[in-house]
Amino acid sequence: MNIIICIKQVPDTETKIQIKPDSSGIVTEGIKYVVNPYDEYAVEEGVKIKEKFGGEVTVISLGPERAKEAIRTCLAVGADKGIHLNDPAFEGSDSYATAKILAKAISQIPFDIVLTGKQGVDFDNSQVFAYLSRFLDIPFVSVVVGLELSSDLKSATAKREGEGGDKEIIQVQLPAIIAAQKDLNQPRYASLPGIMKAKKKEIKNLSLSDLGLSPDEVGLKGSRVKIENYSQPPERKAGRIIEGEEPAEVCEKLVKLLREEAKII
Amino acid sequence: MSIWVIAEQKDGKLKKVSLELLSLSKKLKEKTNQDIGCVLLGDNLESFTQTLGNYGADKLFLIEDQALQNYSNEVYSQAIADLVKEHSPKIILGGATAQGKDLLPLVAAKLDAGLAIDCLDIEIDENSKLICTRPMYAGKVKVKCTLESSIQIASLRPNVLEVLPPDTSKQAEVVKVKPRIDPNSLKVKLLEVKKEARGKIDLTEADVIVSGGRAMKSAENFKLLEDLAEALGQATTVGASRAAVDSGFAPHDIQVGQTGKVVNPNLYIACGISGAIQHLAGMITSKCIVAINKDPEAPIFQKADYGVVGDLYKILPILTDIVKKLKAQE
Repeated sequence: MNIIICIKQVPDTETKIQIKPDSSGIVTEGIKYVVNPYDEYAVEEGVKIKEKFGGEVTVISLGPERAKEAIRTCLAVGADKGIHLNDPAFEGSDSYATAKILAKAISQIPFDIVLTGKQGVDFDNSQVFAYLSRFLDIPFVSVVVGLELSSDLKSATAKREGEGGDKEIIQVQLPAIIAAQKDLNQPRYASLPGIMKAKKKEIKNLSLSDLGLSPDEVGLKGSRVKIENYSQPPERKAGRIIEGEEPAEVCEKLVKLLREEAKII
Repeated sequence: MSIWVIAEQKDGKLKKVSLELLSLSKKLKEKTNQDIGCVLLGDNLESFTQTLGNYGADKLFLIEDQALQNYSNEVYSQAIADLVKEHSPKIILGGATAQGKDLLPLVAAKLDAGLAIDCLDIEIDENSKLICTRPMYAGKVKVKCTLESSIQIASLRPNVLEVLPPDTSKQAEVVKVKPRIDPNSLKVKLLEVKKEARGKIDLTEADVIVSGGRAMKSAENFKLLEDLAEALGQATTVGASRAAVDSGFAPHDIQVGQTGKVVNPNLYIACGISGAIQHLAGMITSKCIVAINKDPEAPIFQKADYGVVGDLYKILPILTDIVKKLKAQE
């Protein structure tokens, strides 16, 4: 199996995001970056598939120089090699342009399954897998919480999260894109030997010209969504603490407020 | 020129966000004088004609086929893309529901279009360019964006915009569409839907969410939250913090927060939830927040409209009783 995993390096979810004074973006100084949490499930699933069926796991990431760390993190938990799509021209790419670049890179190598997270917890776009499916002309299943490959490796059965907790069992022909949801598995921690080995694994750099794309197809120019400005939602102010001698008194007051002041129940 | 709304129904019931979308489209129509096309997919859809017309659809495309009875991103996206190519609407709006989040990205991909997902507001300028306001970083940031493609697609977060009153005299022109589906070419097949026993509304569409944190101590204790949710009415459900999910008290599909669901109910009751930044990101746009926590220093109180400092095991049963009595009087 040739297993491809698309990952993104994103700010840690603990990060308090600040906007630049001119509203053109977020302040990146001081941000701690991590592998996108949903991508960790994709990586774990890819490594599990390799352990069961054999093959090779390639991690691909688009991002600036710092994204190498994220790739290295994935190599430490069992991925075999990395591809870093690294070119200043890629900066500002939206989901559409990102998928175009990823598709170009992936189509240059053999692949049987592509795994990724169901969304990046930074831009929350949840679209790269869909555009990628069109550019590679393969199907996708999103929000996947369970995955079994058929023994002939021609198809997979995916369990995906429907609405209200319903689970859809879907059979999909391979190659396909699987977008992972939490619950798909339990990602392993990197072991010390794993970390040591990762240092020697290959991370290949690919630039715009390596991929044979034109500057107009990538970055802001190649994007379909244009962000005009960023803002911080207004801070929510603390309301009031409802005082009372007994729980019953407090509850009566709360219900009265919800009904008469908030007019909500 | 027209604005299209991709409406959504499930098991014979129309999603409320479909009406929110039609109401929004009426405002966009006023400004740009485009008519409103509405698309609904499934089987036996005629019963929806009246409602969708009354709420604003000028033209209603019913894409009906037995193969559309259950949702599949492959057939649904193809049916919509085919119809769009035939009629050339320049604006397509849908709901950011569980289905919409899977479907619209693929529709956008098939039409080579840009998509602004999970919008909190959608405006239009005189050149019929959409200006979409959407959250990023789980709502820690808001952006205004535009779409640089000849077809503009946006999905709207449920429960954010109001539903305008219907006009019962208004009828939609109904167009029945038979989709071209070649069963042999399909690469995706739905084998089965395992229904969740809770049978509850999805968190992203709920009006009221009663949520529990680590202090719930066990899965069994979530019954206290369910009881209160049930007492509060119809579109209510139960949520959980990441701590509660990771401790095994609740399934991940009800997790609220940055690595769970971002929710937007009228009322969010946080029980035994301290209020980590990732959790707050997922529920901060709730219209009213109530926090029940025994730690008066818990950060959740800084964001709550109403706070109750106390033992949730004492408070919840009493609160449920009072709400039940109140509702019984109505």
